[in-house]
Amino acid sequence: MEQIEFTYPANRKVNKKAHVGVVGSGDLEVLLEPGEGEVARVFIRTSVDGFRDTWKAVLDRFFAKYDGAVRIEINDAGATPGIVHLRLEQAVEVSER
Amino acid sequence: MSSKRYSADFINRQSFIELDARERAKALFDEGTSRELVGPFDRVESPWLPTQGVTPQEDDGCVVMKGKIAGQAAVVVALEGAFQGGSIGEVSGAKMTAALDLACAHNEKGVRTSAVILLETGGVRLQEANLGLAAIAELMASILALRKRAPVICLTAGTVGCFGGMSLAAGLASYVVMTREARLGMNGPEVIEQENGIEEFDSSDRALIWAIHGGEQRYALGLADALVDDDAPQVVDAIRHFTSKGVPAVHRSSQVELYRSRLATLDTSQQWDPRAFRELWAKNGIREGKR
Repeated sequence: MEQIEFTYPANRKVNKKAHVGVVGSGDLEVLLEPGEGEVARVFIRTSVDGFRDTWKAVLDRFFAKYDGAVRIEINDAGATPGIVHLRLEQAVEVSER
Repeated sequence: MSSKRYSADFINRQSFIELDARERAKALFDEGTSRELVGPFDRVESPWLPTQGVTPQEDDGCVVMKGKIAGQAAVVVALEGAFQGGSIGEVSGAKMTAALDLACAHNEKGVRTSAVILLETGGVRLQEANLGLAAIAELMASILALRKRAPVICLTAGTVGCFGGMSLAAGLASYVVMTREARLGMNGPEVIEQENGIEEFDSSDRALIWAIHGGEQRYALGLADALVDDDAPQVVDAIRHFTSKGVPAVHRSSQVELYRSRLATLDTSQQWDPRAFRELWAKNGIREGKR
């Protein structure tokens, strides 16, 4: 298991929490909650080691559009980049519902 | 029923099996009455999985909710079969036991509170072996304490099914509800094949597995009280029926003489097949087992 952290600039306050997904094979769990300051922090625990660059590419793309000041925690069981992106978008959708 | 009609029913069906543990638990309550206890944001995760290189889940694969079913107080505990095979660890076991004890405490105060346990599990989590075994023992003690006061209903919808020590917990429940897709048994097919050889059980033979462990056979043998389709409204109706029915006059696990006599009269010199076994027990007054 590998732990990875990223920080992105953010300027919009988020008020609601969201929890989506399951730590099942090929899937992941995302916990999104309001963060502190003008920053978004992402904490990842993944069962597959050695994919830091891929995680960075997926999150760079996600945060190119998303500007919420959040704390995101990800527990991953080998999800593909596409699934990760979908789960992140789903978490945002739930938090803004 | 014509095939055209059947496919329309099938397509319009709201699958229960396709729901995750949280959605399943929520679906059983009267609308707007449920709330989750010790949810993912409370971050009570397994302390043992990360030390063994396994990613934990924030609710440890166990969802606990409290609310009302058919207007009466109830707790629901749902295991997430997709996380570590729904296995029971220290945390998920403690959550289940605490939920049942909470229901017990409410009953003692005079508020009738039933419990529904949604079991999708292979049993003890191997990474937390002894703690998981202890958790199942505690859970069984809690079921025995609660079932005197209010019904404890076990729902195994599938597709993981309920195996290992947790099948014993299912055996203690006041009522067992299954779908055809679900399986219930102590030793799973692969375990039997590993221990006794492929002549005893071919674990790649899916038809054989469902003929023995499947919901239809379990219901026909009187080991389950209701067989429902994979349809959320049907599942909810069955649960509401049993929570309203109250405590059974005799629990299945108390019918020691009935099962002892059935086993004593069983001719083990021949190999029984599932259908013949079903017919034999039907002749031996299976309906007594239905209570």
